[in-house]
Amino acid sequence: MTTMDTQELLQKVGVNLELHDQLIAYNNKLFEATIRSAPNRPTAMKYFDSGFHASHASRVGEILDYRTKGGKSIGTFCIYVPDEIALAADVLPIPLCGGSHWPVDYADKMFPRDICPLIRSTFGMAFSGTCPYKKLKDATVGETTCDAKKKAWDLLGFEVMEVPQKKADIDRELWLSEVIRFRGFVEKLSGVTVTAERLKETIKLVNRRRRVLQAVNDFRRLPNPPISGLDALLVSQVALSQDIQTFISGCERLIDELQRRVGEDISAYEQAGPRVMIAGTPSPMGNAKVHFALESSGLRVVADESCTGMRYYRDCVDESADDLAGMMKAIADRYFSIDCSCFSPNKERIENILKTIEEYHVDGVVHNILSFCHTYNVEAKIVDTALGKVNVPSLKIVTDYSFEDIEQLKVRIESFGELIQPKQLQRI
Amino acid sequence: MLNCGIDIGSTTIEIVLHDGKSIVGKCMTLSGAFPAEHAKKAFTGLLVDLKLQRSDVERIVATGFGRNYFDHADRVFSEITCHAAGVVAQIPNAHTVIEIGGQDSKMMQLDDEARVRDFVMNDRCAAGTGKFIETVARTLNIPVEETGELGLLAPKGCEISSMCAVFAETEIVGLLHQGASPESVLRGVFNAVARRILGMAGRIGMRDEIVFTGGVAKNKGVLRALQDITGHEIRVPVEPQFTGALGAALLAASEGSRTNRVSQTSVQAIA
Repeated sequence: MTTMDTQELLQKVGVNLELHDQLIAYNNKLFEATIRSAPNRPTAMKYFDSGFHASHASRVGEILDYRTKGGKSIGTFCIYVPDEIALAADVLPIPLCGGSHWPVDYADKMFPRDICPLIRSTFGMAFSGTCPYKKLKDATVGETTCDAKKKAWDLLGFEVMEVPQKKADIDRELWLSEVIRFRGFVEKLSGVTVTAERLKETIKLVNRRRRVLQAVNDFRRLPNPPISGLDALLVSQVALSQDIQTFISGCERLIDELQRRVGEDISAYEQAGPRVMIAGTPSPMGNAKVHFALESSGLRVVADESCTGMRYYRDCVDESADDLAGMMKAIADRYFSIDCSCFSPNKERIENILKTIEEYHVDGVVHNILSFCHTYNVEAKIVDTALGKVNVPSLKIVTDYSFEDIEQLKVRIESFGELIQPKQLQRI
Repeated sequence: MLNCGIDIGSTTIEIVLHDGKSIVGKCMTLSGAFPAEHAKKAFTGLLVDLKLQRSDVERIVATGFGRNYFDHADRVFSEITCHAAGVVAQIPNAHTVIEIGGQDSKMMQLDDEARVRDFVMNDRCAAGTGKFIETVARTLNIPVEETGELGLLAPKGCEISSMCAVFAETEIVGLLHQGASPESVLRGVFNAVARRILGMAGRIGMRDEIVFTGGVAKNKGVLRALQDITGHEIRVPVEPQFTGALGAALLAASEGSRTNRVSQTSVQAIA
């Protein structure tokens, strides 16, 4: 529960304390029941556990202090908004995607019920007065990755970056021009001009965050992963919400411990269940439903290609350019390589999935698709066709954040595990 | 040595005791508000009836919706694996299994080695499940066991467009007001359920032999609609509601050897 100091802080940023208590009680209960229920967690996960709680407490204080001293910040959603550029203009990006089921119905105030739970959770929090960051930003930057989001940005008057829908040269040019326009936008917001020197620093900094995330993730390739899929998810979620330097240090401590665990052959799992990859939509902080359903059913989530997985940190920005124009192009290229299903076609995603299956010794793929995400839902069939050719089975789960269908999901998940690993029958 | 399979479903619980060759005892009870307790009670009752001790039973495998909450099980398997095992034991050439229970409907594809290759299952709604038929029976004030025979009396089914158990009720009331007979409403409902299953088949395919199992397989109206709509001959095991429990008992007994098409229980043993 929140302490008195936190209450004061939340009141200062305009949070409805009564409803916020309900939200936190709901989130904490789920956090204990899912992520914290894993049997053999590294002790270095403590930082990430506290990061989960801090996102509605001390992190809010940090950003409030920063802003009191004149710092500028923007709200963001997708992993398309380039952190490097915002940071180089002394603008702090705050990812706002909601992963909690609790506020979902509050979105009814402005949004239809049949749009994705991520949008509904995010704005449900805003409309119920439980989002602590609502007053801690000077602008909000959306992007054109899905129809419901585009119109939500229009409705709320957000700044919008245009993510193209194809990957031809003309689209690449358009994207570069959008990235340059974004630089102008953040420069105007803070009055700070982005210099080559400063941008080089922030490129390196954000790349460092990607590299520690990659390093944590690499451990999951091992036959006995020292970190669970649930914990790896929490690491990604915390990356999006906490201070970048502190996060990198937290990851470095975790990497040291994981290294020691490997030496002592300590696995995060009690049983060597089927190795699965999660593919599809993100699981923002508060949502660990499908990861939990899988791992509590004896499957091991050893890879996650979503936006709260490898899509977020797979590629780094090329650090070789020294001039501003070269760096801007390197940034645009890196973000343009993201294999979001909003692209047509999206061959890179299939290639990445097949490569990950090999590198992480994946036995089966679980499509985790948020309800009403048409592009990932339909693209699952394209992925399955490719998986069929390499004889990798898949299971498609289309669901929201609520736990009402968990038992039905577990029937499918356990069956999927039994289908992947029929030799289990021999162990009776 | 005996092995036991317990299928704790959303509506009913079935228990099968198997000696490796045939079924030596079985029973069925309602899941009710305390399914795990009811399962335990039914199991103990079955042992008493057969004058057996707990120690006569080597292993218990639980399946069904309540499988993870039954403390007395040595192992759990999903319904999909258990139904496949139970079906193959009775109909060795089964390649497609349709299972409709109280709260869900599933379709499985088996390979030549009787392994589950692929499956589909309904999402969280009750469309195309036993619950749907139960709701309709209640609206029509007809015992659910009688719906099958009754529906087949109608030469043709009404067009039921809603597959939602809640909305279908409204639609059916409307149809009755317009003068539709309860028989034609039922037949229409069976067709709607079959179309739902056909939709699942579109995703994973159908291959002979096709077996229909689970409690709803006892409904001749649904069976007929499935045959009409899919154009395939569909077989139903004797006492299809026990298929999951039988499969669980066989998995409990299988001790290292996978259930395969060779080691089968005779169909007669089940009856």
